[in-house]
Amino acid sequence: MSFAAKSPWLIHYDGSSCNGCDIEVLACLTPVYDIERFGIINTGNPKHADIFLITGGINKQNESIVQQIYKQMPSPKVVVAVGACAFNGGIFKDCYNILGGVDKVLPVDIYVSGCAARPEAIIDGVVKAIALLDEKSKSAS
Amino acid sequence: MMLQIISLIAYIIFAPIFGGLLAGVDRKITARMQGRTGPPIIQPFYDVLKLFSKEALVVNYVQNLFVFGYFVFTIFAGCLFFYGGDLLLVFFAITLAEIFLIMCASSANSAYSSMGAQRELLQMMAYEPMILIVAIGFYISSGSFAIKDIITSKISAITFTPGIFLGFLFILTIKLRKSPFDLSTSHHAHQEMVKGLTVELSGRILALTEIAHWYENAFLIGVLAIFIINSTWWSWIVALVVCAIAYFIEILIDNTYARVKWKVLLNSSWIVAFVFGILNLLALSYIK
Repeated sequence: MSFAAKSPWLIHYDGSSCNGCDIEVLACLTPVYDIERFGIINTGNPKHADIFLITGGINKQNESIVQQIYKQMPSPKVVVAVGACAFNGGIFKDCYNILGGVDKVLPVDIYVSGCAARPEAIIDGVVKAIALLDEKSKSAS
Repeated sequence: MMLQIISLIAYIIFAPIFGGLLAGVDRKITARMQGRTGPPIIQPFYDVLKLFSKEALVVNYVQNLFVFGYFVFTIFAGCLFFYGGDLLLVFFAITLAEIFLIMCASSANSAYSSMGAQRELLQMMAYEPMILIVAIGFYISSGSFAIKDIITSKISAITFTPGIFLGFLFILTIKLRKSPFDLSTSHHAHQEMVKGLTVELSGRILALTEIAHWYENAFLIGVLAIFIINSTWWSWIVALVVCAIAYFIEILIDNTYARVKWKVLLNSSWIVAFVFGILNLLALSYIK
């Protein structure tokens, strides 16, 4: 097992979401779920992050920003799209500003469904992302 | 002489292990205070090993040079300290290491990085008076700047410098980067300006700053210890206990106080340096 799996740092970004999924992501850090026991840290700095947790359907304004954050992350990296909006735009699919999901702008590795996604589901998604990170880092080295 | 060399080599080999475990214990105790389980104690080692396997995105190459400078001079300061050398020179060396870190952060053309550098400079301005008073206090109480003389004196330095000890504990909060004084960069969830000083560092360069921080912590605990250590063998045990209690208090303060503004940091540090430090020195100069 590579060390990327033992210490996965994540960056969370709100890509035009209603904040429901964001609150659930932050709930994962609270004592009830406590993802720090897996060594996961929510860093605000893409240069320090391995996993990119995005919520929301992405709009024209933050399209370039989301891509910039992704580029700033050093490899190996994994993208996790959290929530129905991140999957295909969700309830906001027909809005004029929503591009319709994270995979319109970035290569997504894991999708976590839900509206809002439950912390248990988010943790499940992050655990799958860690396994993928492990594979990527093994194939990279 | 032989003992000094053994101590130096032991520092070079064991200080990162000690520093890493200290960081791990810190996170575990912090987590327990917050009602969480917390990561395993060896988590910092996992973090650093992971960072070594990541791509290093270099903003500009002079940053790498400055991080090496910070790393080398931190170890140099610690080595000199554990060899039993001149305390004043040790403090100047650690200040130089910090300057390298500040220059590293300034050299990246980044807003958060520059702000982190400015705040770090401010923090240095806040704790430097107390650090110098610590050195002077040791000189007056044991007659020498050399650490090997301080730890072999008949009476513990703290009996002459209790105020200076308390003052040093106060600024230790700044040096250990703990709330309320973690203005320039802080651990993880406490961030204010993204990561401040280390925002533009990644991969193995970030890992080096982390390891240098461990070496620095080992050295700082050492400075705490020499307040207590004297020529008796049991003073070493007392010093260990005092250091453990002091570090626990630092973790407690970290968890109970929110970050302050820079003016509060500067004013409170200087007031503490004046009240605890200079008054202690004045009292000492009457006694000695």
